[in-house]
Amino acid sequence: MFTPPSDPVNKTSNLKVSQLCELCHSRKAILKRPKNLMKICKECFYKVFETEIHNTIISNKLFYRGERVAVGASGGKDSTVLAYVLKKLNEEYDYGIDITLLSIDEGIVGYRDDSLATVKRNQQQYNLPLEIISYRELYNWTMDEIVACAGVRSSCTYCGVFRRQALDRGAMKLGIKHVVTGHNADDMAETVLMNILRGDVNRLEKSTAIMTSSEGSPVKRSKPFKYSYQKEIVLYAHYKKLDYFSTECTYAPEAFRGTAREYMKSLESIRPSCIIDIIHSGENLILKPKKQKKITQKFKNVSNKNGPSEMEIQKNGTVSLFKDGNRCERCGYLSSNKICKACILLEGLEKNRPKVQLDTDTSTDGKAKLMRDLEKLSF
Amino acid sequence: MSQIDIKVEFLGGLDSIFANKRSYEVKVDNTKIVTLRDLIFDVIVKDLLVNPEENYSIYIQDETIRPGILTLINDSDWELEDELDYILQHKDVISFTSTLHGG
Repeated sequence: MFTPPSDPVNKTSNLKVSQLCELCHSRKAILKRPKNLMKICKECFYKVFETEIHNTIISNKLFYRGERVAVGASGGKDSTVLAYVLKKLNEEYDYGIDITLLSIDEGIVGYRDDSLATVKRNQQQYNLPLEIISYRELYNWTMDEIVACAGVRSSCTYCGVFRRQALDRGAMKLGIKHVVTGHNADDMAETVLMNILRGDVNRLEKSTAIMTSSEGSPVKRSKPFKYSYQKEIVLYAHYKKLDYFSTECTYAPEAFRGTAREYMKSLESIRPSCIIDIIHSGENLILKPKKQKKITQKFKNVSNKNGPSEMEIQKNGTVSLFKDGNRCERCGYLSSNKICKACILLEGLEKNRPKVQLDTDTSTDGKAKLMRDLEKLSF
Repeated sequence: MSQIDIKVEFLGGLDSIFANKRSYEVKVDNTKIVTLRDLIFDVIVKDLLVNPEENYSIYIQDETIRPGILTLINDSDWELEDELDYILQHKDVISFTSTLHGG
């Protein structure tokens, strides 16, 4: 159940001028914006927060009138605020878009089942249609089973690959060609940092794009919260008393992202603008032109052997897929290889699937139960 | 001995290290001046934090609240209220919200 945070009863009497909002100069400031250290009041905060998102949407032309948009809804703070703000802006500024909530059920007992309950409440609260797609129906595996089989360490690899496809498939099922996600500025700065630490130059350029779409894929993705600080999103949800779910995924502490996130938070406490600064740096890091030539050469050779080339090499060095989109031979999903990543992962999993039928009693703790059952097995 | 009532809230998943309880009513002795620092280190960490050996570092880092946890004093960002040196008043609401979990 949702219990909203308590309202304070103490009101400051004798306000000093220095405590007033720097925008309206009439109410008490309640937060310092991390972006510019401006002290503003609650009402001005709502206005500024929403307007910045509106400006991001307009200046990047994220939507067109009549477009159907799916919000990737996890029940967490970001997607809950996104659904709320998008609905509000759509009404206020008349974007003329049609919003649907799209949730993925990874099958993580004690985490996703609870967060889906939050999404179902959001559906009622905001009066938006909701579609839930599960890993079970798409892949015949739940994350709990995958973790029991492949271990916790690689859980995020599986989950990430599968979720990306699942969102696309969910959107296609609904006939929607645009998925918006609640990725915020902190997430993006983290990703930039991670790609730098890993030396992943190819991803680095792509990671700061507000809208991404693979050629051939009918579904594009965008991040209206690209420039919104996590702190402000949480505060917005707090002041508006939005109902969101907040538990870390059971398998997440093992992830690399956790380290990057902590580092980012420590940086932010010293200099709040660093998040926007990192995004800015990410946006301006561009691949050396020399490298592009190499790629071009390589693919030319390949295409010569395989008959006429349908491969297009774009100016920025990325290689677009075949005009119709390259399809995975197994599942038909868009893929740059013969067999898509998800199918390769699934194949590996199937080989390791226990031969014994497990009792998937979801009323008990998923991972622990499976582990216990697996321990009983002897070879 | 005079006492003041303080409401302490742990939100955004932080309740998981405080016995899964989001809201606590705390009585604080204020015969001398009590600051938020006193509340955090003498009351919250000592009496409310579950399994302190393990959980202390989730809540505290470098003698202050860990970065990534939002501290609000009567719904105001604590940066605007002298942070740890804030002097507690009767009926204050102090909330801690974790922002570190996934979205």
